Amino acid sequence: MDAQEIIARRVAQELHSGDLVNLGIGIPTLVANYVPPGLNVFFQSENGLIGTGPIPEQGLAHPLLTDAGGRPISALPGASTFDSAMSFSLIRGGHVDVTVLGGLQVDAHGHLANWMIPGKMVPGMGGAMDLVSGAKRVIVAMQHAAKGKSKIVKQCNLPLTSARAVSLVVTDLAVIGFPDGKATLLETAPGVSVGEVMAVTDAELVIPDTVPEMKI
Amino acid sequence: MRAVSVEEAVAMIPAGATVMVGGFMGVGTPERLLDEVVRQQKSGLTIVSNDATVPGKGVGKLFDAALVSRLIATHIGLNPKAQQQMLANQVAVDLIPQGTFVERIRAGGCGLGGVLTPTGVGTLVAEGKRQIEVDGKPYLLETALRAQFALVHAFLADYLGNLSYALTARNFNPVMAMAADTVIVTAEHIVPVGVIGPDHVVTPAPLVDYLITNPNG
Repeated sequence: MDAQEIIARRVAQELHSGDLVNLGIGIPTLVANYVPPGLNVFFQSENGLIGTGPIPEQGLAHPLLTDAGGRPISALPGASTFDSAMSFSLIRGGHVDVTVLGGLQVDAHGHLANWMIPGKMVPGMGGAMDLVSGAKRVIVAMQHAAKGKSKIVKQCNLPLTSARAVSLVVTDLAVIGFPDGKATLLETAPGVSVGEVMAVTDAELVIPDTVPEMKI
Repeated sequence: MRAVSVEEAVAMIPAGATVMVGGFMGVGTPERLLDEVVRQQKSGLTIVSNDATVPGKGVGKLFDAALVSRLIATHIGLNPKAQQQMLANQVAVDLIPQGTFVERIRAGGCGLGGVLTPTGVGTLVAEGKRQIEVDGKPYLLETALRAQFALVHAFLADYLGNLSYALTARNFNPVMAMAADTVIVTAEHIVPVGVIGPDHVVTPAPLVDYLITNPNG
């Protein structure tokens, strides 16, 4: 199982029937592939749709039905469409149960940086700041390290996405939560030891007496 | 509402105007109006649009033709030309969180001075803005945003100017149709009055100033 699949499968376990869920681009998008059959989750696309379905078959795409990246999608039975004011009222108003976002850095207190690298990459924050400020639960789905450097850091040196801490971080090596505002190792990936996670994590981790392995 | 040709409508927009453009990654964008803006070379524009789409599509065409001097948007990551023009200081870009962007426009169209939002508190977005506490919680004061023109794309427009939208092409269009001095609309289909039932009108006719006529009668 590759790193992205481990992350996506583990995040999918955080979703419950009836949840309204917003998935960011990248690894978060893959989460939809691992929702257990029979679990009724509503996926929101912030360009104005609840009930996103799979990419349509060749020749059945509709130019006015796309995801937030402008790619064709389908709508499931029971889907609804709305304008951007409604879409972000859902997000900021606490009606979205779970958002899953990619990350550049998460710090020891759960602060996320994921929207710009000064001088290098300034794409804009799109909906990320509203999602982190407003969704009931914010889950970050990202690789534990990039180019040999830990993405779980003592303090973010990239601009923050929100002053609000995220709920959970799921990486290819670990699940990390923030009870009492401190990064705490909740699970390790299959075959990965607590020591191995600590060795590749820049932030100080609280290690509980027992740290179970992810069941994926 | 007056039905006009696309040439006549765009001729009303002066160079240097502030123009809102509906659409999300070019979906629900009035392409015919943008093509005509390029043909008439309306330069120095301030564009208010969710994103810069990609070159060759939607407002991306305005960057291809170097007609934009300022962009107010939420995301420009998929248009390398817009990024180049920003980094070369040819275009000033204000990046705004998407929920804040739409609420500022909504406030502009609804007679509100602005909105209080928790989004951006404690980030770069808060710089230079007033922070106001309500019941112990901090919010940013985000002021209303309006434009001289809104270029809107609907799915159906009737002969009076009532509008309805389709699927994810609705996005910012109905909100922008409230927030500009002059509202110019293109539609996929122009239909007789009554085809859009009262419950299905999203933008009521009195909000629309000009409807672009079909090119072939």
